[in-house]
Amino acid sequence: MTWRVVVDRDLCQGHGVCESEAPDVFEVSKQGELTITRDSPGDEVRKAVEQAVKYCPTHALTIVDD
Amino acid sequence: MTDTSELLEPRMVSGGDSPTGHLDELRDDPVALMRRVHDECGDVGAFDLAGRRVVLLAGAEANEWFFRAPEEDLDQAEAYPFMTPVFGEGVVFDASPERRREMLHNQALRDKYMRGHAETISEQVERMISEWDRPAEVDLLEFFAELTIYTSSACLIGKKFRESLDGRFAELFHDLERGTDAIAFVDPYADIESFRARDAARVEMVALLQAIMDGREGGPPATDEDRDLLDVLMSIREDDGSLRFDANMVTGMFISMMFAGHHTTSTTAAWTLLELLKAPDEMAKVMGELQALNTAGEPVTYQALREMPHLESAIKEALRLHPPLILLLRVAQDDLEVCGHRITKGDLVGASPAISNRLTPDFVEPDAFDPDRYLAPREDDLANPWTWIPFGAGRHRCVGAAFALMQLKCIFAWLLPRFDFDLAQPADSYRTDNSKMVVQLAQPCLVSMVPRADGDDTGTDAGATS
Repeated sequence: MTWRVVVDRDLCQGHGVCESEAPDVFEVSKQGELTITRDSPGDEVRKAVEQAVKYCPTHALTIVDD
Repeated sequence: MTDTSELLEPRMVSGGDSPTGHLDELRDDPVALMRRVHDECGDVGAFDLAGRRVVLLAGAEANEWFFRAPEEDLDQAEAYPFMTPVFGEGVVFDASPERRREMLHNQALRDKYMRGHAETISEQVERMISEWDRPAEVDLLEFFAELTIYTSSACLIGKKFRESLDGRFAELFHDLERGTDAIAFVDPYADIESFRARDAARVEMVALLQAIMDGREGGPPATDEDRDLLDVLMSIREDDGSLRFDANMVTGMFISMMFAGHHTTSTTAAWTLLELLKAPDEMAKVMGELQALNTAGEPVTYQALREMPHLESAIKEALRLHPPLILLLRVAQDDLEVCGHRITKGDLVGASPAISNRLTPDFVEPDAFDPDRYLAPREDDLANPWTWIPFGAGRHRCVGAAFALMQLKCIFAWLLPRFDFDLAQPADSYRTDNSKMVVQLAQPCLVSMVPRADGDDTGTDAGATS
């Protein structure tokens, strides 16, 4: 089963918590722009991404299992 | 432009028969006014602010529309005329408010700075307590207002700048906050006592900043280690060597950086403590949590701060019941539609945390202090992202929310294991003063504060409050 991360752009403020939790998947620019660098991340980063979703201060992230 | 000819006009709430409409009621008891709007008119209602219509929204659907609306539809910049004299009329910044907010965010509020802030906050609490003359009873408004001046100036501007501040700065800041009477919607410079005090406070603040800047001019150059934002601003010079930013402009910048996080955090600290003192069972849960972390013995770690479900829930519940901002406003830039109702270009459009945070069925027993509502599986805040709105929501959601929660947890993780607090007034005598747009705790708001006998070691019986 594959999975991916979805970001609600109306909510994201670029705090960079996701980047601290899962630097392999999230990149936040100096201007606070979030890029998800992997379309279908592997299970080895699942735990880290779950932490990112949990601690995102604006609850802008969701994991979608396809 | 939306075709709005088929739409309903928002219903106007009763009352407001004077030439200034509902202005006097908004100045006197805004929560009662907004509650009546919701009771009489539903999720899209209106009141009259001295000839200008305010469309007041509530409920998930209308609120989501409000918080997701782009700047081109609902503009925030002109919605708060009472802030202009506080920040300083005529103070010209190089950047728009939006850009300055972004800069503050990037410089001080990003996740990577939070660990450092956590340490700074604990230091500042300890420092203030060590200099506090420890009266048997403390006024919560004064206590937390002063403390949060130190924590926010140390984190946002720098520890060196904080060292140049004392209780007087907190008093002046309080006068600025009191200078937010809703009459500013008609005249931000009306000849009333609170506006005179506001303007006098700002003048004195500029003089204070001038003295601090004069003191640095002749002194040794700042080292990398102790350089704060004021040093950075003072290093920017015009071609003739004069300062680019004078004391008046620096004052305006610092006020605008500190304002949003000051009364909000201070008031929430006070209400969190009061609600916990009124609910000994909830206090016992929080004390148990802190005791397990052994915070009296050593500095609390950043990860530990993130995992304090009972304390965090108590803070969230204080925020829900006593939101420090009761009315969030925008200006309609066009004719718009919300839930089948017409909004006309130029209307003020508002969402109210004071109303939405207590809606049923979103919140079971909405008037009860019930921190457990944030624990799984209920998670009332996550389940109601558009009505649990103490921080607003969407693109303008408070950028300092994570910082604020961390700061409050840090403050209580330090204070509660070391001091025994108790109500010093009847439990129902503590209330919010809603007479200004910046709401604060009404005085008197006294509690007793006594050092715990075992406060400086491991806090072995710290949970024994119930």
